[in-house]
Amino acid sequence: MKRIYSVSVENRSGVLCKVAGLFSRRCFNIDSLAVGETDDPEVSCMTIVSSGDERTIEQIEKQLNKKLDVIKVKTFGESESISRELMLIKVKYNRGNRRDIMENCDIMKAQIVDMSKNMMIIQICDVPERIQLFIKMLRTISIVEVARTGTLALQKCRDAE
Amino acid sequence: MIGADAIIKCLEAEGVEYVFGYPGVAICPFYNSILDSDIRTILIRTEQNAAHAASGLARVSGKVGVCAVTSGPGATNVITGIATAFADSIPLVCITGQVNSELIGSDVFQEADITGAVESFVKYSYLIKNANNIPRVFKEAFHIANTGRRGPVLIDVPIDIQNAPISKFHYPEEVNMRTYKPTVKGNMAQIKKVVKELEKAKRPIICAGGGALLSDGGAALRAFSEKYRIPVVSTMMGIGVMPTRHPLYFGMVGNNGKPCANRAMNESDLLLMVGARVADRAVSQPDLITNNKVLIHMDVDPAEIGKNVGPHIPLVGDVKHIFEDMTEQDLDTAHTHRAYEEWLKTLDGYRESMQVKRSPNKDYVDPARFITMLSDKMEEDGIYVADVGQNQIWSCGYHIVRKGRFLTSGGMGTMGYSIPAAMGAKLADKNRQVIAVCGDGSFQMSMMELATMRQHHIPVKIVVLKNNYLGMVREFQHYTYKDNYSVVDLSGSPDLEKLAAAYDMDFLRLENMEKAEETIDAFLKEDKSILLECIIDPMDLVK
Repeated sequence: MKRIYSVSVENRSGVLCKVAGLFSRRCFNIDSLAVGETDDPEVSCMTIVSSGDERTIEQIEKQLNKKLDVIKVKTFGESESISRELMLIKVKYNRGNRRDIMENCDIMKAQIVDMSKNMMIIQICDVPERIQLFIKMLRTISIVEVARTGTLALQKCRDAE
Repeated sequence: MIGADAIIKCLEAEGVEYVFGYPGVAICPFYNSILDSDIRTILIRTEQNAAHAASGLARVSGKVGVCAVTSGPGATNVITGIATAFADSIPLVCITGQVNSELIGSDVFQEADITGAVESFVKYSYLIKNANNIPRVFKEAFHIANTGRRGPVLIDVPIDIQNAPISKFHYPEEVNMRTYKPTVKGNMAQIKKVVKELEKAKRPIICAGGGALLSDGGAALRAFSEKYRIPVVSTMMGIGVMPTRHPLYFGMVGNNGKPCANRAMNESDLLLMVGARVADRAVSQPDLITNNKVLIHMDVDPAEIGKNVGPHIPLVGDVKHIFEDMTEQDLDTAHTHRAYEEWLKTLDGYRESMQVKRSPNKDYVDPARFITMLSDKMEEDGIYVADVGQNQIWSCGYHIVRKGRFLTSGGMGTMGYSIPAAMGAKLADKNRQVIAVCGDGSFQMSMMELATMRQHHIPVKIVVLKNNYLGMVREFQHYTYKDNYSVVDLSGSPDLEKLAAAYDMDFLRLENMEKAEETIDAFLKEDKSILLECIIDPMDLVK
């Protein structure tokens, strides 16, 4: 079962290490991890995607809450969330496959953001599954490098909030 | 005023009386400033024992134990002591010196990333980067260590911060941390649910863990148990929550526990787990305690609930508060009274019929009988500190707690704990008798502290159950590897009589049970440090 944890933490040095250390120490999986400052410069938000059985999922939340640098833990399933990932992907191209690549970019709403005579960098922002699909599409062409942010997610809006 | 002076002022403000430690260059400003204070310093002989001694002091006084060591190896040596305290939730503040702030990260002499290294063994840690933060950090550290689920906090202080001038010192009165607000009071709705279940139950039982003692909840738990006549068993860390011979107490559970205690827990229809982790040694098959009974798990740490076993009713809060609230709930005992009395009668029967029969070798000291004799003869409120190994299991099984305390390293099982912890316990309350009971393996892990006892006049009494083996491992190899003994022979151990003489300690030897009475009397007679060597059958087993 996949689970997303949106964790507000004190924006201090060493906190990322403590949170990541907690996962390795207790053998919890991290599928992806994204960290960034929030609107409050003293607070960072970590988006952690993890998986495990019900008990593990509950333990992760409790153990996160136990950390003294953690301000708040929100947790939700994939269906309850809006999630996005950003990827930059560098590919080698030639005259023969340039059109194909551009067509693929069109289909996937990806943008070419940098280019040289035989290389280009494509940017795509989408849900993680479609990022995966895009990588698959480009695999027939030669991929040079890939950089991904990991999943960013927020719980879907509810009127009650 | 410099940073080091400020640290001492913080310790004074917290009422610290003793600092256990070992100096080195990086903590020298601290040890220089402490000379102007009434706080006493105890020079321990290896840093690990500084944390153990602070742990012994904390467990007896209820206050935070403090140790201070230098950077690098001083700091890394103390880790085992910190981990031991963490596993048993003992409140410590451990101050480590650190190299100059500007040199951190450059691998200079005696530099170690101690905050990184202890991360999974501390409740929290600090690396102080600005001397003006010292008062706030210390205030927070003492608060964190001794509230909620207690535990060790480490404060790493670079030498330049200790030497930095501070314009004015103000010790905060309150802690304000948005991320730390432990739940103390139990939720009333949950407490009412528990009461309802108790009113339905026929065979309820309380299993008390170390949390019951840490929250000072022993009296509240006992009052509850006595008012409603609910039997009690305990984990190793919970020993002492009830007097051993209390009619409602049925002993320690677990794979080294009393058969009648395990049977009582298994046959209960309602189990109130109190301040216990439900770890493997106490409950080897967690499923068994949820299958046919209502499980209520009470703990101040919400993460403990549901970690090893999923309870029917979780109850987060401090044991003392919850039991006080529960006692006030006035259980309707009309339906339960007769069932409870029958249940107690059954358990009394088990206590009689399920006694462990030992067949001790008459040529040696029988550790079981010896320990019971010793505990009956020691002062009523005396403190018994058991080490780790066969001695620990015998101590758990045969030591009789009356009004005293039973201390041991239960969670981590750290050999060598008893002597330094006993020193800390003795300093916490000099009027109480303190006895450390160890094996010859664990004794040799801490025997350097005989010098500390001598230097600082700490009259701890030490029993060494000597069998020339690492007995617990030998016993394991006996059962599991068919007597293929590997690396458990302790030949080469020192002559304890000569060793005691070298440290100016009195010495007694007991070779069999014939002279046990008078030897124990002589051992306990005066309030001074003394070493008693008991010769144990090398082939004796705890099971």
